[in-house]
Amino acid sequence: MDRLAFLLATGLARGLVIALFALSLVIIWRAARIVNFAQAAMATVAVYVAYAVVTWTGSYWLALVAAVVTGMLVGFAVERWLIRRVPRDNPLPGMIVAIGLVMILHSVIGILFGPRHVPMRAPFSREPLYVGDVAVLSPYDLFVLLLALGIVVALAVLFNRTTLGLQLRAAATAPEVSRLLGIRVPRMVTIGWMLSSAVAAVAVLLLIPTELGLNAHSADILFVHAFTVAVLGGLDSPVGAIVGGVAVGVLITLVTGFLGAGMAPIAVLALLTLVLLVRPGGIFAVKEARAA
Amino acid sequence: MTIKNLSRIQKIALRGIGLAAVAVAVTFVLSPYQNYQLAFVAAVFCATAGLTLLIGLTGQLSLGHAVLMAAGGYGYALVAGPMSAAGIGGPLPLLAGLLGALALAGVVGGLLGLAGARLKGPYLAGLTLALVIALPAFTSQIPGLGGDQGMRVPFVGVPDGLRPLVGVEQWHAWIAVVIALLAVTPLAIIRTGRTGMRMRAVHGDEVAAKLAGVSPARVKTGAFVVGALSAGLGGAVLAVLTQNVSPGAYDLNFSLLLLVAVVVGGLGSLVGAAVGAFLVVLLPWLIDTATGAMGLSTELEQRLSGDLVVLVFGALLVLVTIVWPGGLSNALSGRFSSLVDRFRPRVDQPAPQSLTER
Repeated sequence: MDRLAFLLATGLARGLVIALFALSLVIIWRAARIVNFAQAAMATVAVYVAYAVVTWTGSYWLALVAAVVTGMLVGFAVERWLIRRVPRDNPLPGMIVAIGLVMILHSVIGILFGPRHVPMRAPFSREPLYVGDVAVLSPYDLFVLLLALGIVVALAVLFNRTTLGLQLRAAATAPEVSRLLGIRVPRMVTIGWMLSSAVAAVAVLLLIPTELGLNAHSADILFVHAFTVAVLGGLDSPVGAIVGGVAVGVLITLVTGFLGAGMAPIAVLALLTLVLLVRPGGIFAVKEARAA
Repeated sequence: MTIKNLSRIQKIALRGIGLAAVAVAVTFVLSPYQNYQLAFVAAVFCATAGLTLLIGLTGQLSLGHAVLMAAGGYGYALVAGPMSAAGIGGPLPLLAGLLGALALAGVVGGLLGLAGARLKGPYLAGLTLALVIALPAFTSQIPGLGGDQGMRVPFVGVPDGLRPLVGVEQWHAWIAVVIALLAVTPLAIIRTGRTGMRMRAVHGDEVAAKLAGVSPARVKTGAFVVGALSAGLGGAVLAVLTQNVSPGAYDLNFSLLLLVAVVVGGLGSLVGAAVGAFLVVLLPWLIDTATGAMGLSTELEQRLSGDLVVLVFGALLVLVTIVWPGGLSNALSGRFSSLVDRFRPRVDQPAPQSLTER
């Protein structure tokens, strides 16, 4: 029972990281109708910069800022210089270019930093706190929880309570009408990419201390999990991404804790398959796709 | 009977047999290592040919094609291994193993196809991605698949009568070429025939295809199954060549390599798939040779060895998609079509479908 409580609590923290990453996929999908397969690799680049900052200055908070800023810059560069040149009449070229970008980023990181995992220390202790006799969250898990929730709330406010958020949503759902009303749609798409890529960078930065360390491929599994979440909750739904993210995180932690780490990818695949069986026709909750 | 009187299928079969005969003849002038590479190209061609139909004609992006090859390899090992352990010699284990490869790859492909029929582009790509990532977990959790070490595959020796004439590598190249012929010819027939038309229709406009009486679900699932069968045969060839099948050989990188091959070759084109297969087998070797010859420090060389190839392929993928959407085959067919026309009557579609053409 104690073990279950502990696993549930750590699963919650892990799930929020997945949810955050899934949220970044949702943002980009809503802004540009693209599933960005390069999201993990782009975020890893930003986290390498954050790692350099933390080594130079020793401040985790500066590194966090660096990750966000680099994430935004990477998102800007990728959207302006790459994705904008891709033919948009069909989703295939966009996906293929994103996969090419993954290969480029992975190999460049590999050439520059080698295959080894760079350890990254957490800013808080990872020893679990005890409530009575039951081990629950560690201070770091708590930090992850709070930061992730903070970002989710901030994004919700941005999208629902500000003019920029309204413009972003309008540009995503009805680009032609928005353009007629004076919204700079291409700029909104770029901002969507920057936001999404910054959120992803934070998610990967939060993930790294709980994993082996930083490596070109250390965010790949996170992407697969986040993608599963996107299928569960629907790519259009931020709430679905958060709820689904926590559910998948708890599932993975429970399976790893009770059945062994080897079963976790199979559990994720089984969950995906199950969802597809229960929801034939895909998980397109709202509408299929924007025409253009 | 003149060439003109042959049916479409006979022409395709004749052309395939002719190409295979040329490939077999070429094996006599190649070194053993080059023969090994040729066999490898043939195996990869089996997979890319199916993948190019899947992506180019039906528009389904599969990132997990390596898993279908792995299924073929495991199917082969599961059937051929026990047979040769029981002392059955001759060509029987090879043939039965190929059937095993077809069966297992067909089942996996059918399941994926059922999912593919329900899923739009990015969702299918994500599902197949999850499948590739989960492959090592499957092989270590299911008993009898040998975990990370994989399974040993019995050696296929040269028959006694041919032993003075051909070496082992050459014999394996022959096997690979013949299997590639058997795997790709049906795909060529499908591509130019009625089914290929249905596939294009479903890709072009699903609703219109439905109105015309085409079932998109059936077409998409079918495309996955035929692609899986030929990829399974390719996996069986790789198993014979390397005498081993292990999850490490069929990782995400290999899947992406197959994607690079079909995109760079030209989506929907079998010639492109062949060119792509040559490219993904020979380019890494060329790059390794080149970096080896440059006299770099061992540390730098180690870093470059795997990653430089991935970098080049990634850049190719991006460049071809943005600058040259039809791939190599499209560019070549434009430039040389007048030349080709002079020598052969055109039977199939004039140019492979480009990405942007709808």
